[in-house]
Amino acid sequence: MNIELIFKIAAIGILVSVLNALLNKSGRDEQAMMTTLAGLIVVLMMIVKEIVNLFDTVKTLFHF
Amino acid sequence: MDIVQVIGLAIVATVIIAVIKAQRPEIAIQISIAAGIIVFTMILGKISAVIELLNSYAERININTVYISTLLKIVGIAYIAEFGAEVCKDAGESAIASKVELAGKVVIIVLAVPILTSLMDLIIRIIG
Repeated sequence: MNIELIFKIAAIGILVSVLNALLNKSGRDEQAMMTTLAGLIVVLMMIVKEIVNLFDTVKTLFHF
Repeated sequence: MDIVQVIGLAIVATVIIAVIKAQRPEIAIQISIAAGIIVFTMILGKISAVIELLNSYAERININTVYISTLLKIVGIAYIAEFGAEVCKDAGESAIASKVELAGKVVIIVLAVPILTSLMDLIIRIIG
């Protein structure tokens, strides 16, 4: 486990906000929303993987 | 010096969250979850040595392994429930957080029933 995950998520967040601002300025509101949603889902997939990892660790450690 | 690592990670994550929160609150929450998971996994690696020690002592003085494993399960459930509840609370959903805590407590009570019944059996045998 390392801090790269946090930096990755932060980078995705910043990228999504920049894209969002850009698309909003050029009047493509629905695509801006889609970008937001896509970023959210990508990050969610990464987080879910880590949560499963954590739960497996706890399960093996505490003899579930 | 793992504590230094933990503190550094926490500070970096907090700064990033503070930067991102204004634009993308949903990603800020996810960063806080990721930071929590990373710290948690680092700490759990440490605690395994203590659990091994507890297990070896329990074997040496012939405690029934059911009790020790129940105890460990309860500790694990408490950790996970606390973690989930804190995440919910951070996102502003304190109602869901309290439900998660309630679920953790109920599961712990259900797990503790065998220990409770054996204690009650002992008490009844002593009285009667």
